[in-house]
Amino acid sequence: MTTKPIPAQTVQLLSEFEEKINAEIKIEPSDWMPDAYRQHLIRQISQHAHSEVIGMQPEANWISRAPSLRSKKILLAKIQDEGGHGLYLYGAAETLGVSREQYIEWLHQGKAKYASVFNYPALNWADIGAIGWLVDGAAIVNQVSLQRTSYGPYARAMVRICKEESFHQRQGYEIMWRMMQGTTDQQRMAQDAINRWWWPALMMFGPHDKDSPRTSNALLWKIKRETNDALREKFLNKTVPQAELIGLQVPDPDLKKISDENYTHGEINWEEFNQVINGNGPCNQERLEHHIRAHREGEWVREAAFNSDLKKQ
Amino acid sequence: MKTADNQGELWEVFIQSKPGQAFKHVGSIHAFDKDNAIENARDIYTRRNEGTGLWVVPSAEIIAVALNESDYFFEPATDKIYRHPTFYNLPKGLTHM
Amino acid sequence: MKSTLNYYLQIADNALILSHRLAENTSKGPFLEEDLATANVALDLIGLAESMYHEAAKMEGYGQTGDDLAYRREETDFVNCLLAEQPNRDFAHIVTRQFLMDTFNYHYFMALTESRDPFLSAIAFKSIKEVTYHLRRSSEWMIRLGTGTDESRHRVQLAINTLWKFTDELFEESDADMAMLANGFGVHLNDIKVQWNQKVNEILFLSHLESPKNQFSVRGGKQGIHTEHLGHILAEMQFLPGKYPDAVW
Repeated sequence: MTTKPIPAQTVQLLSEFEEKINAEIKIEPSDWMPDAYRQHLIRQISQHAHSEVIGMQPEANWISRAPSLRSKKILLAKIQDEGGHGLYLYGAAETLGVSREQYIEWLHQGKAKYASVFNYPALNWADIGAIGWLVDGAAIVNQVSLQRTSYGPYARAMVRICKEESFHQRQGYEIMWRMMQGTTDQQRMAQDAINRWWWPALMMFGPHDKDSPRTSNALLWKIKRETNDALREKFLNKTVPQAELIGLQVPDPDLKKISDENYTHGEINWEEFNQVINGNGPCNQERLEHHIRAHREGEWVREAAFNSDLKKQ
Repeated sequence: MKTADNQGELWEVFIQSKPGQAFKHVGSIHAFDKDNAIENARDIYTRRNEGTGLWVVPSAEIIAVALNESDYFFEPATDKIYRHPTFYNLPKGLTHM
Repeated sequence: MKSTLNYYLQIADNALILSHRLAENTSKGPFLEEDLATANVALDLIGLAESMYHEAAKMEGYGQTGDDLAYRREETDFVNCLLAEQPNRDFAHIVTRQFLMDTFNYHYFMALTESRDPFLSAIAFKSIKEVTYHLRRSSEWMIRLGTGTDESRHRVQLAINTLWKFTDELFEESDADMAMLANGFGVHLNDIKVQWNQKVNEILFLSHLESPKNQFSVRGGKQGIHTEHLGHILAEMQFLPGKYPDAVW
C-alpha cells in the first residue's frame, strides 16, 4: 500500500469514473480509468483471449478423425469460431494500450495464463461432445454475464461471441446424445468423457468466492457481474438435468438435488486445480509448446508479408 | 521497427449489413497490406453472412474525440433542435414532406 | 453410369483430401487471421465434397450415403490428384499447393458451368464464386512470399520445385474424363491446361519466381495409385467408422 497523497485532480477523475460505473455507462478506451482497473482488464481479457486460442488445440486434435463429413465440417467451423473469439478479445485487449505481440510474448514466458481446462487431453470422439457441451457450456454462463461488463470494447466482444457461441454447446450435446443412443462402445466413450470433463468444467468458474482475492474490486467496478459461485451454480442447475435426460451419470457421488431446479455438488479438488493452473496438468507443456512452435514457424511468413511488394501498393 | 515478431498492423473493420445502410464498426484485425486487410476482415467478420459491404481503415488513421472533450464537441448540438424535422408544426393534411 | 460416378468422385476426392490437409493446419497458422482464413477455404471444400459424394451415392450399386463413399472406400478407390494429398511441409508448401489447385479449379469449374449435366453445372456455378476468392488469396500469398524476404523466396521456390511434378496429372484425361467429354458433360482438360499455364506464369512473374526446368511428371492418383501420404490420411480419417462399423455418429 502506497501512502503517497492522491492529487485532487485524480480524486475528481476517480469519482467521475465511479459515477459512470454506477450509472451503467460503459468505459471507453480514451476515457480516464484507474490504473488498477486497466491492469485488471489487461490480465482478464488477455487470459480470456489466450484461452480461446489455446482451446483450439484439444479440438483440433480430432479434426482429422471426425467420423462423418457433417461432423468434420461442424468441428472445423467451431474451432474457427474459437480462433475468431480469441481475435475479438485480443482486439479488445489491445485498446488498453498493449499490443497483441506483447500479449503473446507474455503467454510464451508463462506470465499470462489461460483457462486451466484446456490442459486436459481430448481422448475419444465423445470428448469433442463433452468439450462443446460442458466446457463451452460453462464458458457461456460466464460470457453471458460478461456482456454487461463495464469496459465497452470487452462488452461488445462478448455480445458478438455469445451470438456465435450459441451453436457450440448444441453441437456438443448432440454428439453426446447420439452416442448415448448408439452402440455399447459409444455409450462407454460418452460416459468416459463426462467422467473426465465434469470436474474440470466446474473448476472453470474459479475458486470459491471466499477464496477469491481479486473478485471484490472486479465486482465493484463491474468488470465481473456475478461471483464465481453464483455462476457455477447456474451451470450446475442447468447441466445436471441435461445429463440425466440422455442417460449420462454425473461423476459426483455427493451431488444433491435440494429443490426442483437446484443442485449442490461435492467437494472440488482445489489441489488439482492449483497444480494444473501452475503447469502440472497432463497437457500444459504440449499446449504451450504447440503455440510457441506455430508462432516461431510463422515468423518468416510474417516477415515476408511485412516486406512484400503488395505492401508497397 | 521490430519486424521479426510483428503481427501486422491494426485495422478497424466496418460492415454494411444491408445495401443502403450505414457502415458500422464491428472490431479490428491485424494485416500486413491492404489486400490482406480486406480479406482478413472478410474471413473473420462475415463468416455468418453479416454483410454486403466492407471497409477497413488503418487504426492509426482514425481521429477520435476523447470523452473528456465531449462537452464542447457535442453539447453545442443538443440545443439546436431546429435541425430536426419534428421541431416544426405543420398543417394537417400536408403529405410528402 | 460408371464414368459419371467416377467423374463425380474425382471432384469429391480432390475437394475432400485438400480440405483435410488444410484442416490439419488448424491452430498452426503464422498468425491468427490466417488460421481463420485457411479454415474458410477448407470449409468451402468440405461443402463441395459433401455435395458431390451425396449425389454420387445416389447412383446405383455403391455406398448408400455420401459418408460411405468418403469413409469406407479403400486407398486404391480414391481418385484424387497426387497434388492434393501432398503434406503441409511449411507455409510455402501450403500456399503453393493451394495456388496450383485453385488455378486449376478456377478454370475447371468455369468450363464446367457449361456442362449438359444440370447438377455439375449448378455445382460449378456455386463453386466458381468460392474458388474466385480462394485464387485471389493464394495468388497474393505467392506474391508476398516471392517478393518478401530471401528466406521466403527460397522457401516458396523450393515448394514450386517440389510440387511441380504433380501438376501435369491435373490435365491427364482419365476414362471418366474422356467419356464425360464425349457426351457433353465434361470439359476439355487441354484447354484448361493452357489457361492454367497462363495464370501460373503470370503470378510466378509477379512473384519473381521461376517454373522448374525439369518437366518430368509423376501421376497415378486418378488411377488410384497414390503417394504414401494418402494411406496415412485415410488411416486417420476413416479410423472411427472403420473400427466401429455399426456406429452412427
